[in-house]
Amino acid sequence: MVRHCGVYRAHGSILVGGVMSLRSPLGRVLGLGTAKDGTSHWWGQRVSGIALAVLGLWFAWSLATLSGFSYPEAVAFISQPVNALLLLLLSITMAWHSYLGVQVVIEDYVHSHGLKIASLLLSRYAHVVLAAAAIFAILKLGIGA
Amino acid sequence: MNNHDRPLSPHISIYRWPVTMVTSILHRATGIAMAAGFIVLVGWLFDAASGPEVYAKFLGVMNSTLGWILLVGWSYAFFYHLSNGIRHLVWDTGRGLEKEQATASAWFVIVASIVLTAAFWWVAS
Repeated sequence: MVRHCGVYRAHGSILVGGVMSLRSPLGRVLGLGTAKDGTSHWWGQRVSGIALAVLGLWFAWSLATLSGFSYPEAVAFISQPVNALLLLLLSITMAWHSYLGVQVVIEDYVHSHGLKIASLLLSRYAHVVLAAAAIFAILKLGIGA
Repeated sequence: MNNHDRPLSPHISIYRWPVTMVTSILHRATGIAMAAGFIVLVGWLFDAASGPEVYAKFLGVMNSTLGWILLVGWSYAFFYHLSNGIRHLVWDTGRGLEKEQATASAWFVIVASIVLTAAFWWVAS
């Protein structure tokens, strides 16, 4: 990244290290690049990924050590307050991380513009529905118990 | 002149896959597999909240041969994606990007994912 000051010129271009840059001063300051979302996708993937490493290991350990998966056992596990809280965090974070990942796969492999937009919309709605369904189910069992 | 002896430019179908390519493809494949698995995870929570009758149907589906194959597959997908995700986080710090290091960490991730999956089912059983 070029940090030193450029020399602004009358017609809006900027001299960086003696070389004229065609990027506008505003574009340079915002730093969002051609995709217009800057580093937010990359950063969100890391934030959610690190959280999921912890939450996922907790969930894997819980499943492995659960006495059984009968209806009373499952309800007792989900409705226990600490489990309910961690399941909420797991579901929301997983929906976020999964959306970010599926988004990249769609952008990479779906080349028709209309189909790409439709797939991205469908994926976003589906992930919101899944997160909402998980939140509703956990709260219903957690508060109802 | 024999054209068959001429060298071909490398292409996905004719050259030996480097292990780093396998780990890269597997990372995306396991991610997609778990996006589908997320539907089943939410189904488990939602069916439990819907009452014993609905939950019994969920158990019936997942307790089938196909259900168990999927569960083993998702457990491997999780431990693989976790191991290789940590490898990506190390790369993000600028470390381990040399060819020999990336190859070594690829094999490490493959072994770790198998060991973790086996340990998971050993604890579960």
